[in-house]
Amino acid sequence: MTAHFPSRPVPGAPEVAAGPLLRRLSIRQFRNYADLLWEPAGRLVVISGANGTGKTNLLEAVSLLTPGRGLRAARTETLARTPDPTQGPAPPGTAWAVAGRFSAGDGSFDIATGAPTEGVSARRILWLDGAKPPSQTELAARLAVLWLTPQMDRLFSGSPGGRRRFFDRLVWTLEPAHARAIAGAEAATARRNRLLAEGGADPGWLGGLEAELARHAVAATAARQTVLQRLAAATPANSPFPAARVTLRCPIAERLRSAPALAVEDWLRESLASARREDARAGATGLGAHRADMTLADAETGRGAELSSTGQQKALLLGLILAHAALVTAERGAPPLLLLDEPAVHLDRSHRDALFAALRGYPGQALLTGVEREAFAPLAGAASALRIAAGALAPDPAFPGPEPRWRL
Amino acid sequence: MGGPEVEALIALLAKLPGLGPRSARRAALRLLQDPEGRMVALAAALEAARRAVHPCSRCGNLDSRDPCAICADPARDGSVLCVVESVSDLWALERSGVHRGRYHVLGGLLSPLGGLRPEDLSLAPLLARIAEGGVAEVIVALAATVDGAATGHWLSDRLRPFGVAVTRLAHGVPVGGSLEILDDGTLATALRARRPL
Ligand SMILES: [Zn+2]
Repeated sequence: MTAHFPSRPVPGAPEVAAGPLLRRLSIRQFRNYADLLWEPAGRLVVISGANGTGKTNLLEAVSLLTPGRGLRAARTETLARTPDPTQGPAPPGTAWAVAGRFSAGDGSFDIATGAPTEGVSARRILWLDGAKPPSQTELAARLAVLWLTPQMDRLFSGSPGGRRRFFDRLVWTLEPAHARAIAGAEAATARRNRLLAEGGADPGWLGGLEAELARHAVAATAARQTVLQRLAAATPANSPFPAARVTLRCPIAERLRSAPALAVEDWLRESLASARREDARAGATGLGAHRADMTLADAETGRGAELSSTGQQKALLLGLILAHAALVTAERGAPPLLLLDEPAVHLDRSHRDALFAALRGYPGQALLTGVEREAFAPLAGAASALRIAAGALAPDPAFPGPEPRWRL
Repeated sequence: MGGPEVEALIALLAKLPGLGPRSARRAALRLLQDPEGRMVALAAALEAARRAVHPCSRCGNLDSRDPCAICADPARDGSVLCVVESVSDLWALERSGVHRGRYHVLGGLLSPLGGLRPEDLSLAPLLARIAEGGVAEVIVALAATVDGAATGHWLSDRLRPFGVAVTRLAHGVPVGGSLEILDDGTLATALRARRPL
């Protein structure tokens, strides 16, 4: 179906815009990649190839250049490359590593991540310009990454935990302190649950954990609320995607609408203290930021995303991600890097065209994957294209555009 | 490489904070290359410190005197006690030179996840000192982590019957940071801007 493509590259394809652009990516011993050095050309990159060839792994590698567990929410110990019998065993004890060089403004910066070779820690390490960054916030301030994956097609019919992770990531891109509040609330909740399970805990100690839980949970909820409000205000009226209305379902958020944060903290702390017996019986903490749910509805029809078709859900989600990218661009002064894994699947023709039009005008960088390059035909001339097979990249001559560069 | 004696030396050095297997190997090699100079002096210093240094019976600091130099110093303000997690935090605060009172080393933080319990912490000597009278304020200088904050809360609960003021370090101490890694300026600011707990 190469007939879809114009025979020559379109001249005057959009030039590099402000904001961090991935210029070089090196991947070693990660997932199905033994050793890859890739220099993406330009803002839009289409990577096509059969399933299982490593398209998602490539995007996942980029997603791990920000704090968190990446676009698969994978555990660090599962990221190392599995030895391939046809290529001989991987060197024992070899750590995986991903390194990206980004250009931003007049300068550039490097972010790298990997598992340490020494020590038993399963935690991956992130480096900024070759050194340990002073904080995760510092890293988050340099690079914002948003992603859409096929797993998210079921986000609104799946578990509340998946929705919370998705929304918390959106919040965290704009409110870097949010990650700390979420981690603090989770740590306090886990500790309280343990003490309650053991029974006979010191009330002063339990009270201390509940005070911490309340402080972090209220901070996290307030951040979720403010970002959802800003997101609603930032959604363009003329978007070809259905406007999404996100609602936070959580008793803490309800109280925050009418009471100051300190009063809500007191209420939460007291509620937790009086629910100790009940929570001990249930084996879980019944109140907190970890119990919130978010619903997504089409703002125009009011129809809940969970009731919509997969294609409609995907259009809602894409609209939300593009609105969020616009908000991040406006607030941070730099567009986030978009990782869109199989974005065209389930989308109808008009939404596909709208997506590609939005990407052509997008001031930041986007890496897109798909099984068939034909789906991305409207980006010909604007995107560079690569074919991927078994952890190796090659330029895709059938897809005219900026010359892709690669090294193996 | 080098026989069991060398391996044992490297294994012991590698257990020290800041030394991984690689730097432990380098340190061991440096010692072995100058046994008369470096090694004898180090062995003698270790032995002398082992004999002389003990925890202070009043505050838990490590010193060759008991009570320690801080507890024995009449110029220190005995009405202000600063509670720290460890001797290393005590030494960090001393380095910053802003606390003119005395200390109490708690010996750890409460943690339900495989950590310490109230009975594991050094609380009784602190309560005894406060019961003696003369203490007006207790500054809780624990890490700004969930366990640090919960331990501080628990401690202030235990101190309530004594009627002493309980304060904590101001925020500005990075969350999750241990006092020991803070620079002196940050510590001084956090201590000056303390608030009621
Ligand atoms: Zn002492």
